[in-house]
Amino acid sequence: MTAPRTLLEKLWTAHEILRRDDGTSLLFVDRHLVHEGSHHAFAKLKERGLQVAAPELTFGVVDHYAPTRAGAVAPDIRRMIKTLGENAEAHGLKLFDLRDPGQGIVHVIGPEQGLTLPGLLINCGDSHTSTHGAFGALAFGVGATEVAHILATQTIWQKRPKSMRITVEGALGPGVTAKDLALHWIAELGADGARGHAIEYAGPVVRALSMEGRLTLCNLSIEGGARLGLVAPDEVTVAYIKGRPFAPKGADWEAALADWQELHSDAEADFDREIRLDGSAIAPTVTWGTSPEDALPITAQVPDPARLDGSRRETVQAALDYMALSPGMALDQVAVDQVFIGSCTNGRIEDLRLAAKVLDGRKAKVPGLVSPGSAQVKKQAEAEGLAQIFTAAGLEWANAGCSMCVGMNGDRVEAGKRCASSTNRNFKGRQGRGARTHLMSPAMVAAAAVSGHLADVRPLLEGRV
Amino acid sequence: MRGWTTLTGKAVALAQANVDTDQLIPARFMSAPRSEGYGTFLLHDARQDDPEHVLNRFTGAEVLVTRRNFGSGSSREAAVYALVDFGIRAVFAPSFGDIFAGNAVNNGLLPARVSEDEIEALIGQIGAGEVSATIDLAAGRAVIAGTELSLDLDPVWQQKLVNGWDDIDLTAQHGKQIDAFRATRNAAHPWVVPATKDGAAS
Repeated sequence: MTAPRTLLEKLWTAHEILRRDDGTSLLFVDRHLVHEGSHHAFAKLKERGLQVAAPELTFGVVDHYAPTRAGAVAPDIRRMIKTLGENAEAHGLKLFDLRDPGQGIVHVIGPEQGLTLPGLLINCGDSHTSTHGAFGALAFGVGATEVAHILATQTIWQKRPKSMRITVEGALGPGVTAKDLALHWIAELGADGARGHAIEYAGPVVRALSMEGRLTLCNLSIEGGARLGLVAPDEVTVAYIKGRPFAPKGADWEAALADWQELHSDAEADFDREIRLDGSAIAPTVTWGTSPEDALPITAQVPDPARLDGSRRETVQAALDYMALSPGMALDQVAVDQVFIGSCTNGRIEDLRLAAKVLDGRKAKVPGLVSPGSAQVKKQAEAEGLAQIFTAAGLEWANAGCSMCVGMNGDRVEAGKRCASSTNRNFKGRQGRGARTHLMSPAMVAAAAVSGHLADVRPLLEGRV
Repeated sequence: MRGWTTLTGKAVALAQANVDTDQLIPARFMSAPRSEGYGTFLLHDARQDDPEHVLNRFTGAEVLVTRRNFGSGSSREAAVYALVDFGIRAVFAPSFGDIFAGNAVNNGLLPARVSEDEIEALIGQIGAGEVSATIDLAAGRAVIAGTELSLDLDPVWQQKLVNGWDDIDLTAQHGKQIDAFRATRNAAHPWVVPATKDGAAS
């Protein structure tokens, strides 16, 4: 009998070409996703006169710099998109450009197109590549040097991360989502709490999540410092994949289903760390500071640095200064200037549906932007009447892209403005220089929109879910 | 990338936790080609708002001492380019973002992990000034402001920093093994290859 293994070990072994004496493995990469930001890596390749080793496994996407609204496009943005197009053409890569009906954020369209599958190793020069782990894929973000290495060799050198399991018992309450769960654990363990680890999410709460919810959860693994996130595939996963454009068909589909049966941690498998959480105790959660670990239930108050010690006091004080918040202030009284719904974290159809439930028949008290995660999500949201709900509420309905999450495509939060945002990072300057970001679920963003301040979404959803 | 073994230079302290890569280089600068140099982008917004910022006062600093979770967030290697082009060769902190640390080593920048207590003591000693620092990579030791520190450095990273290895050359030696692995994997698990080249229904 073989020793019980974790899902991480199984995935690692399946991709390990060789292991050096120092413990570093050379892994085979099944899917490599590139975007406009990959220009440094293509330049490195050109310098060495190399071609892409496996163009059929390499896919390009315009997302980070994608303009989402009509109007003039800045020359540097236009140049970034053009450069990706030229690189894709030079190396014979399939490119989801702005005109492609499959265009969208790389971590939304990978699953949507059936490129993301259980058991694959997926790399992308983007930290939120952890998202794809929701399918039971080994998926992690890398920097430009590693992107160049993958382009040139279709492999990557890595040491296996330690394993950590987060088991979530109970059930999430109405209006409480995967986003709240993620912010909750990151606040508990810290933004570097899972450093050096691969997290496997398990337990009844995770099993009950849709693929969209699992994608949100795995997406935010990186915000807790984890190298990657994983959810073992099940019937929810299989139902999502079936019939997607790049998904296996016919006999390959049957073979895939058989292989995916093995993709779970064995009952007696040992994890380096085990964390247990009670999902029933999690409230809608918002951030108040400048790190995703600065998160609290919406029913809480802004923390008081005077009650903290040492360097933590300085850190919290600096965050409150940047965010222009006072200690002890009730979080649900923090007035916002604008809202944003979208991003690789929360730009999927289910996110838009729940936000629309809150907004239906109501008016936003502040301006806001909704950018669907992909052109497909946009089309579906329009067909379902969600887009009309957003615009009737007074929010702007835009095209797909990274949009206001990343502050590099023209969608920005102005200095000093406070934004309730369904994104992943409340870092200083992330949404624009001097922007003040509060992270929360799309439903909570909708609640902030109709209230004009951070607000508990639960009463607003009564009778609607 | 060229390797290095020892460094003698100046260290400054950045008394902040969670210095993420969006702070290290705001996204709006990342479309620039590397050949233009990324040093002026380093901590751009913080430095522009504060003429007394430690990196405005000590532009020759080569070692940065800072708090936990340095380089967290985005995988942008541009954050490392900004540090390296500014002249920083080593960062000392209790913890680093995993992707950042890998990127750092790939560009000859040492991410040196030392304990929180040691960092707090150093930050107290350095204050808003500049102190002497020496690093001996081979021996795994450093001295900052007279305080001796041992570097908790992965031996692979240590070798890489010392030798300035380029992974692409290293991997090329394994070309046959890679091809064989792929052929075996594709034969045993044909579904791992995308169903169609362009996603059109087949």
